[in-house]
Amino acid sequence: MPENKNIMIYLLIMALTTYAIRAIPLVLLRREIKNIYVKRFLYYVPFACLTAMTVPSVFFSTANILSAVIGFAVAMVLGLFRANLPLTATLACVAVYVTDRIMDLAG
Amino acid sequence: MPQKHLINFKEFKAGALLSLPICAGYFAVSFALGITAKDAGINAPLAALMSFTNLASAGQFAGITLIMAEASFFETFLTILVINMRYGLMSLTLTQKLAKGTGTIKRLLIAYGNTDEIFGVSSTRSEPLTGSFMAGLEIFPILSWTAGTFIGSVAGNILSERILSALGIALFGMFVSIVVPPATKHRPTAIVALISMGLSLLMYFVPVFSENISSGFRVIICTLTAAFVGALFFPTPEEKKEADQNA
Repeated sequence: MPENKNIMIYLLIMALTTYAIRAIPLVLLRREIKNIYVKRFLYYVPFACLTAMTVPSVFFSTANILSAVIGFAVAMVLGLFRANLPLTATLACVAVYVTDRIMDLAG
Repeated sequence: MPQKHLINFKEFKAGALLSLPICAGYFAVSFALGITAKDAGINAPLAALMSFTNLASAGQFAGITLIMAEASFFETFLTILVINMRYGLMSLTLTQKLAKGTGTIKRLLIAYGNTDEIFGVSSTRSEPLTGSFMAGLEIFPILSWTAGTFIGSVAGNILSERILSALGIALFGMFVSIVVPPATKHRPTAIVALISMGLSLLMYFVPVFSENISSGFRVIICTLTAAFVGALFFPTPEEKKEADQNA
């Protein structure tokens, strides 16, 4: 285990690297992109990116896979019905909690 | 003469309200992060400092592992670069949604808080993104992320395992809520998401890929490929609207 002074150096490297990745495109690219293909690409980035981050990681985000699957299913159904974001996030949590509790009782 | 306030309160408030679910999710994840940091021997102020300066869950979990292993500084830099490279793509996308005339200082500040969740929520906003809106959206999650780490580190036992488990899914519930409703209205969006999902599963579960591709690269490859397919074949809803207007 490194001492605190060394940990500070690690933190500095991590922070600067992460910040540079975030800041460079924002500062350098100031004009509006006109190219239709690039515009389309950037439109699809959030959907592709958030989906790849969710699946399969979501299945390992709770105490066990079953409660995660049920929480995810609840979120999916609410999403298909276009429920708003806070409601979807909250009910997914509730579904996980209830499932975990039931599993505790079932032993 | 137009008024020149530093902050447009209405915009700030709109951002702050949208950030509340992020705050809740961040508290849970950073709480767990604080516990991990403590177990790794990183003290609470340092763990909170790490959270405050990084705002990156996967990157920070990896960072803790690197610190424990006393990895070289170059390896630390490379690992963080790979895991967090997706933020570059997000910032690139964000540039096209910023309000006209957003200056360098505002851009530098907005960049600091451009996390997965803040980017996700900002992408759902139809209006141009102003500095005030982004400030409202970013400030409270940053505080929640930092405080959660600190509290998790000094008092990891105040939240029960069951509560932590339930909160663990909050951010994913948010992601679903950002992706699925638009996908029900625009089939190509659904197709792009499904391509990304299929690729992600493939790379996660097929050993040849999972043994060689880190989680950071997996997300980047899925994003690039699926968005590229979308760009080649599918018009965006906005294009369709414009085409309908011109017809």
